[in-house]
Amino acid sequence: MTGPAIVLITTFLASAVEAIEMVTIVLGVGATRGWRSTLVGVGAGFTVLAVVVAALGLALSRVPIGPLRLIVGALLLVFGLQWFRKGVMRVAAHGLAGIRLHPEDEPPEWSGEGFDWLAFVLSFKGVVLEGLEVAFIVVSFGANANQLGAAVIGGVGAVIVIGAVGLVLHGPVSRIPRSLLQLVVGILLTTFGTFWSLEGLGVEWPGSDGAILGLLALYMLTAATYITIERRRVLGFNPGT
Amino acid sequence: MGTIWSWIVAFGRFWYHFIIGDDWTVAAAVAVGLILTAILNSAHIIAWWLVPLIVVTMLGLSLRRANNKT
Repeated sequence: MTGPAIVLITTFLASAVEAIEMVTIVLGVGATRGWRSTLVGVGAGFTVLAVVVAALGLALSRVPIGPLRLIVGALLLVFGLQWFRKGVMRVAAHGLAGIRLHPEDEPPEWSGEGFDWLAFVLSFKGVVLEGLEVAFIVVSFGANANQLGAAVIGGVGAVIVIGAVGLVLHGPVSRIPRSLLQLVVGILLTTFGTFWSLEGLGVEWPGSDGAILGLLALYMLTAATYITIERRRVLGFNPGT
Repeated sequence: MGTIWSWIVAFGRFWYHFIIGDDWTVAAAVAVGLILTAILNSAHIIAWWLVPLIVVTMLGLSLRRANNKT
């Protein structure tokens, strides 16, 4: 039997990876679209998660997560690509030299007075999918090692710690100009969307979760390339002159 | 009845904008990429590279299309 400390540390680290993905999406969506609807989405996500975990308990490990990964991943991928493209066009038009010192001068992506369903859906999906993955980790590690209590502390602890880090970071992130932020969030949603949708299809990524960093690097390089091309086209910009 | 209908229309419009956006070819290419990946994967052919390749290619094509519109 594995000791409780080993189970706690293992579930904490494994859950932290999923929690980072969750907090990254919430942070990016909140800073870009506004916090009210995003946080309602987070609350609704955790509520659904709590109901599912309470209803299924240990049977949770038998729920097939593949189809959920495929649906959520594909939706994030197609939506992320829209922001990716808009972000490239906006950053190319404004230019890095044109990034404003006062981002509040920029028009917000969401300026309506009603509820922003887009922010709600994005944060809700991120919380439910990643939260379920944390729950799977807790149940599978905890049940196999017969240390469910330690596994729950590790999983919940990871979500709280990473959530606290996100809370600290939300101020600096909110000060990033929205055009650049839209590009960054678009790249992140496209990255996670690509990774999750293919995982949902049963594709094995080289390097497992490490492939996320590879995808991120590929899409950042793609963004830099297209921004350079766009700037040359739109502004007649030539780095040699 | 009118309220329910307007709610259904708003719901459909939301998901249309969420999935299709202003360039339907991107969503279509992603869907084709996922289907091809599933087929290749079921035939035990390494297929993780296909969707990233489609993403990079379609982004360039979509940017060009958007520029041609303006």
